[in-house]
Amino acid sequence: MLNTTVDLAKVPALRFERSAGYWETVLRRFARDRLAIFAALIILALLGLALFGGWFAPVDPYATSMMKRLKPIGFAGHPLGTDELGRDMLTRLMVGTRLSLFMGITPVVLAFVSGSVLGVLAGYAGGAVNTVIMRTVDVFYAFPSVLLAIALSGALGAGITNSLISLTIVFIPPIARVAESVTTQVRSRDFVEAARASGAGALTIVRVHVLGNVLSPIFVYATSLIAVSMILASGLSFLGLGVRPPEPEWGLMLNTLRTAIYVQPWVAALPGAMIFITSIAFNLLSDGLRNAMDIKS
Amino acid sequence: MTAPNPPVLLEVQGLVKHFPLQRDPLGRGGGVVRAVDGVSFQVRQGETLGVVGESGCGKSTTARLLMHLIDPTAGAVVFDGLAVGGRDLGLKDFRRQVQMVFQDSYASLNPRLTIEDSIAFAPQVHGVPKREAIERARDLLARVGLQPTRFAERYPHELSGGQRQRVNIARALALQPRLILLDEAVSALDKSVEAQVLNLLLDLKDAFDLTYVFISHDLNVVRYMSDRVMVMYLGQVVEIGDSETLFEAPLHPYTRALLSSVPAMDPDHRTERPALTGDPPNPINPPSGCRFHTRCPHAEAVCAQRMPTLGVRHSSRTVACLMHEPGSGHSGAPALEAVA
Repeated sequence: MLNTTVDLAKVPALRFERSAGYWETVLRRFARDRLAIFAALIILALLGLALFGGWFAPVDPYATSMMKRLKPIGFAGHPLGTDELGRDMLTRLMVGTRLSLFMGITPVVLAFVSGSVLGVLAGYAGGAVNTVIMRTVDVFYAFPSVLLAIALSGALGAGITNSLISLTIVFIPPIARVAESVTTQVRSRDFVEAARASGAGALTIVRVHVLGNVLSPIFVYATSLIAVSMILASGLSFLGLGVRPPEPEWGLMLNTLRTAIYVQPWVAALPGAMIFITSIAFNLLSDGLRNAMDIKS
Repeated sequence: MTAPNPPVLLEVQGLVKHFPLQRDPLGRGGGVVRAVDGVSFQVRQGETLGVVGESGCGKSTTARLLMHLIDPTAGAVVFDGLAVGGRDLGLKDFRRQVQMVFQDSYASLNPRLTIEDSIAFAPQVHGVPKREAIERARDLLARVGLQPTRFAERYPHELSGGQRQRVNIARALALQPRLILLDEAVSALDKSVEAQVLNLLLDLKDAFDLTYVFISHDLNVVRYMSDRVMVMYLGQVVEIGDSETLFEAPLHPYTRALLSSVPAMDPDHRTERPALTGDPPNPINPPSGCRFHTRCPHAEAVCAQRMPTLGVRHSSRTVACLMHEPGSGHSGAPALEAVA
């Protein structure tokens, strides 16, 4: 039988050669990608704004002034001008970061969790379970995402919570699909067979052998959805289905300023520019992550 | 059937696996692939049973059926006198005693786990504490010729094919099994590495009192490793016998053809026997009667009608061929016993 153990305590000097783990390697590769680092810095800055924007805001974001409505960029005391009620644009853009990012990221996080559970379950179980889950998901897939988000929000009623719910529902199907397809691939690999042959139960196999191999592609895909989610959330607010005035949120600001597009086009475009920058940054980040994770042995 | 034989460790009775084919949208097709069609054999404690045959003959399906990685259509597996999968011997207990090594050394290791974690996984499943399982993994690495300090915390992609297959062997050993199924375990390795791994397998067999089922398409390797050899053709067993006798004097025409396809090392010993031509017939609609009759040089009319039975024809040899079945109607069949 096994000649018991090599007593490791007796040889303390024995050092194990360790190689960089998967995430270390991914991080090192990611750090070499300048564009992705740039995008990550922008996102960090935005997150900083979201967390602390309120403290640095020069003035009260709700303070209106009938005297200083729709002032141009560079107006004294208002570096980015003022909106249709004379509120300071810079302040509102800064404070609005919090709500806008929250509305963009939360549905994706929620959908990442529930979509992964559904997809991995469908992919690993296969057969009838797979058919039931995936065909249900396909029903939602049949609608264009904007239309589905609007329909769901409209049905649930306006408000932040409801638009978060409807956006989550919009993003579950695509994430579940990606999760299902990668899980199906991993499931047929020999190491899963070997794990089954060692007597492990399905839950253990999924936890130890499947999740580690499927979560990173799903995660990459989910980060690419953040940009879409930001735009959809802004869209819902624009339509009056999401955030309600006078809360500062980029989509809503874009809506209320749209009448000023001929008067003060640059000011009116500012919230759009913020949405654009944020979604580009998330897209670049997601590309960078995908490249970094695409390790050929 | 002489001398005190060791007890039978694994007995396979009438194993059948039919893979149903998908019907097309018009409802046509929908037959079955008879991947394994009534396979029975025994493996005795401490022996190595070699399994050979062309690709597609059901060798690997048989291995997966033995491990219960796929469910058999019919048939039973008896391990150590206990029916597997029932109340006698649960699947989990069975899998603790029988392990498998796969052909693809890379695909059979989780790329996200370190080598030691991969080896330690199975013992942990069976309730060994993590620390102990890791120590066992390191011992086993040393046992299969990989320095634990150098390899334990590495990832599969950093190892060569031979090293990875050693890891897979260590993983199979981690549960201290009694029987190991080696499914083309050395086929993907370089010849020199293959020889090292084969010798390692032989060493481990002695050291841990193992029994092997050694599946391979490489006849020389099977001859080197096996005590007994089973030849499969189109999902059925055509001949089983002691390795030496079978290789020296094959009875079944298929075995003969298979052996003559091995290039002779000695130019004076080149054989002029007809080698096999063409591909094996489709297992969806296997030939009637003897499945080999379409390619057999000795086929007669009777071969297309009668299915030969797998019977003991010689001291330790079992053959399924009408030529060796007394009174079968084949012109070459013996009257009662003894075959050339």
